[in-house]
Amino acid sequence: MAKLEFEHVGITALAAAIPQHVINNYEYTEFFPKEEVKEVVDKIGVFERRFADKNTCSSDLCFAAAEKLISDNNIDKSEIDLLVFISQTPDYRMPATSVILQDRLGLSNNTIAFDINLGCSAFIYGLSVVYSMMQNSNLRKALVLDGETRSKVYSPKDRRSAFIFGDAGVAAIVERSEKFGKSYFSLNSDGSREGLIKIDAGGYRNMSSAETVVEHVVDEFGNIRSAEHGYMHGGDVFNFVIREIPRDIKQTIEYAGKNKEDFDYYVFHQANNFINSYIAKKMKLEDSKIPATISKYGNTSSVSVPLTIVSELKDKLDGNRELLLSAFGVGMTWATGIVPFVDCKISDIVEVNDGKAV
Amino acid sequence: MEQKFFDLLKEAIEIEDHDVNMEDQFREYPEWSSLAYLSIIAMLDEEYDVQIEEAEFKTLRTVADLYNAIQK
Repeated sequence: MAKLEFEHVGITALAAAIPQHVINNYEYTEFFPKEEVKEVVDKIGVFERRFADKNTCSSDLCFAAAEKLISDNNIDKSEIDLLVFISQTPDYRMPATSVILQDRLGLSNNTIAFDINLGCSAFIYGLSVVYSMMQNSNLRKALVLDGETRSKVYSPKDRRSAFIFGDAGVAAIVERSEKFGKSYFSLNSDGSREGLIKIDAGGYRNMSSAETVVEHVVDEFGNIRSAEHGYMHGGDVFNFVIREIPRDIKQTIEYAGKNKEDFDYYVFHQANNFINSYIAKKMKLEDSKIPATISKYGNTSSVSVPLTIVSELKDKLDGNRELLLSAFGVGMTWATGIVPFVDCKISDIVEVNDGKAV
Repeated sequence: MEQKFFDLLKEAIEIEDHDVNMEDQFREYPEWSSLAYLSIIAMLDEEYDVQIEEAEFKTLRTVADLYNAIQK
């Protein structure tokens, strides 16, 4: 049972950036009949989402969020000793985007910088890595950047994924402080299910070629995509999630010696409304304690948990709050985090166009 | 037991207005879709604590096949 425990470390400030371009999902009808689109959209509960333009990468969204975070909180950049960039949509295959961001943000060459590539559960995984490194008293501040442009991953002609995903980036400062009580993490993996959510080609197993970008009809429903588009077996993901997630949350709460009722908020990965409301119902959680952004930002992969905190809990985190974070997805990997939030400074959301904050 | 299953299945596929029989090929219902599939998975989990993976689900053809799956 892979459980981690930390004390006296936490998120002290949080900011988010989203593309300015809004997709109205009911109107996203270029490839499908309007009636069919409405049925899908109503079921998954994604009414709007944000799409990055061609000059906006995950790193640009994170950069805009980081600049906002640094200026709102008067952070001395020379105190940032660790920079982690979490994403599966980096700028390049190499070098690591975190290193480019170190320079772009004007951080010193003594900064520890690396990427974490994992998918939807990666913010919680990444937080545990950063909390772990921050136990080392030589590190002053850590900057956690998490960005995804999933709109660039999926085929608009595959109805199993075309209406779900959106783009966003966040920035968080992690610091040591006596004010933070204990935090707990449960991190899990099941590579036997690697095929449930996947991009088959474009890596080094099946390298990019003229063939891998050709679009084909892929199933009995007439969905179309290439081998370099992502795909998702929604039914199996759903089956997996409704079995594993409630169990992991229960075990983590038990491990922490707490009760389900002890939390101020449960922040779930915003997969789609169908999955999320099913989990909430199955676990008998209070709806008022479950903030959601799925209707306006869609599924932003690893960004969805922190984005939901920034968007929905901005004025609700005064004082000492206990949050339960839960995320799951591609891998499969899944994670639960129990984290105290103490007077966390949350910035207003920044909009980005053409790679820059507007 | 059977009637309850029929009712839950009709609700999941949203075919409350027609009859369901054991020999029906459920994919032939005009309302059948990948969304109906998700609803059936949710219903089987919620009501019967049964999880069927996509590969196995593909081998199920009739309402009777689904009904047998919850008897295991």
